Amino acid sequence: MKRTFASTLAAASVLAAGMAMAEPVKVGMITTLSGGGASLGQAIRDGFMLAVKEAGNPELEIIIEDDQRKPDIAVQLADKMIQSEKVDILTGIVWSNLAMAVVPASTAQGKIYLSPNAGPSALAGKGCNPLYFNVAWQNDNLHEAAGGYANTAGFKNSFVMAPNYPAGHDALTGYKRMYEGEIAGELLTKLGQTDYASEIAQIRASGADSVFFFLPGGMGIAFLKQYADSGVDIPLVGPAFSFDQDILQAVGDAAMGVHNTSQWNKDLDNPANAKFVEGFVAEYGRLPSLMASQGYDTANLLLSAMAKADVSDQDAFLTALRAADFDSVRGDFAFGSNQHPVQNIYVRKVVKEGDVYTNELVGLALENHGDVYAAECKM
Amino acid sequence: MSYLLLAEQLLNGVQFGMMLFLTASGLTLIFGVMGLINLAHGSLFMIGAFAAAAVAAMTGSFVIALAASIAAAAAAGVLVEILVLRRLYTRAHLDQVLATFALILIFSEGTRWLFGSFPLFLEIPPALSGPISLPGGLEYPLYRLTIIGVGLVIAAGLFLLIAKTRLGIQIRAGENDREMIAALGVNIAQLYTLVFALGAALAGFAGAMVGALQSVQVGMGEPVLILAFVVIVIGGIGSIKGALVGSLLVGVTDNLGGFLLPALFRNFMDNSAATATGSAIASMLIYILMAMVLMVRPQGLFGART
Repeated sequence: MKRTFASTLAAASVLAAGMAMAEPVKVGMITTLSGGGASLGQAIRDGFMLAVKEAGNPELEIIIEDDQRKPDIAVQLADKMIQSEKVDILTGIVWSNLAMAVVPASTAQGKIYLSPNAGPSALAGKGCNPLYFNVAWQNDNLHEAAGGYANTAGFKNSFVMAPNYPAGHDALTGYKRMYEGEIAGELLTKLGQTDYASEIAQIRASGADSVFFFLPGGMGIAFLKQYADSGVDIPLVGPAFSFDQDILQAVGDAAMGVHNTSQWNKDLDNPANAKFVEGFVAEYGRLPSLMASQGYDTANLLLSAMAKADVSDQDAFLTALRAADFDSVRGDFAFGSNQHPVQNIYVRKVVKEGDVYTNELVGLALENHGDVYAAECKM
Repeated sequence: MSYLLLAEQLLNGVQFGMMLFLTASGLTLIFGVMGLINLAHGSLFMIGAFAAAAVAAMTGSFVIALAASIAAAAAAGVLVEILVLRRLYTRAHLDQVLATFALILIFSEGTRWLFGSFPLFLEIPPALSGPISLPGGLEYPLYRLTIIGVGLVIAAGLFLLIAKTRLGIQIRAGENDREMIAALGVNIAQLYTLVFALGAALAGFAGAMVGALQSVQVGMGEPVLILAFVVIVIGGIGSIKGALVGSLLVGVTDNLGGFLLPALFRNFMDNSAATATGSAIASMLIYILMAMVLMVRPQGLFGART
């Protein structure tokens, strides 16, 4: 009798252990789903959830919350997810200022953070952390690639322009780091500015041979429409953010032919990308955007680590993440020493396919490009 | 720096001012006549832009789109006035701020629910697109000149409405003493609904006109709202003339400041520092202007009330 009791106990404990094994990996996604920036958060979520659906892994549980693009709300949500939901991994944040509010606090509490977008320099250099991975880019990267493209395109006298906030300053720094020509003029616009008549007049008068601009979201739509209508025809170059699939339709003809830099495009020739584009169109009825590709890669990176290690064994799990052993839609993908991507960055051109405005690849801007902050990261 | 560039910037300032006037005129009318602080004015602006974009996509006609923007915003205005705002006229301004702020959230999420999160496409009609040559060799976009013209026509129309018509007399009377004109047999509730619809229609029209130059997206109204409040505080609450002068002052100050200040600082700083300092001060300039006007004339330039 005693023996059966003991064996029942043993069986029960095995059962309990088995149940612990089946305990899912809990992921907390905090992203922007309402307000002006909602299209970006939605794209990240849609890309991420597509990969989750394709994998069909029952051990993965996702909790999604809306940060409304507000740092204080993002912090509250992160606290809630860590303390009451007991998530293992956080992800989803679009904006660098929100990432700065959430990421250091989350890693300090021992949670892994996978960034599908924001890559502020403060988290890539001295502030790097073994628990923090960026799956998109360091903020400067696409601007550096634009500078590299300007050199190959033979631009000698660029007019540069970005909004007056930290990511805008980083954009100008990034461009000038690679660009070798003269600066014809430099402008810092107001964040959220919608009228660019004054800036366009100054571009017209500057005698520049090219214009580099970083104006994400609605600012870019407004600038491109007004620039096209002004009759100024100095060529534009910029990072992909003003030419993303989800906003191009709102810009229309005004964006045609503009060169922009991106680590991904829908016609990048690799099997993972073909599957992603096809699956995304089938699931959501629209072409995927850059942000969606980043969300998709983030989820696949996570799934690849889950296949190799148990999240409760954090060291093994981090090693598995660092290996980045997944089929990225960008083709080759590896992490640098600061756990930010080392990757190719391409030049794309805005074209029209049927009725839809989109981008096509025209060449490589920077090959296997990391970031300058990695040297300051001591891990 | 050439005089041509300076002239273009001045024109840009006037044009930006006219764009502000389209929004501020409706706001000042509502604020002045009804004493209502309507934070949701920016939402009506957004509704106009979305209605225009949707109708332009369906019909391909900018004129029909403009008509739709006016109709949609006025209809939304009437609905909101009857359902919500009517209860707030006798309440404190703080209650009005709270209620109309709630309306912003409702309108924003409602619009997202209907149209999705992605920005819509609305373009300048082909007949008005592209630049034209002005005397002196200045190239200037025709659509921006059109906005200046339309702004002037609306300003003239509102002056005539307020000064010459029966409705204008009632509006002015309502501004001065609402109990008295109610006692004289004017249906004050109906008058308020009408004034609110007119203000909303102006906001919707502005949304469509400006939306063609900018991006039609959820939340587009809020930055405009802040500037419109600055304009009517400078111009004097309730005064159309004040809104016009205030708009032009703000438009020209903002444009010339953003252009001249960095250039000024470049004389004694290096380029990047001058750009950063100049841009930072330029973005404060209109608020400094507002503070100065308030110090000299607390009621605003053309305001009747103190």
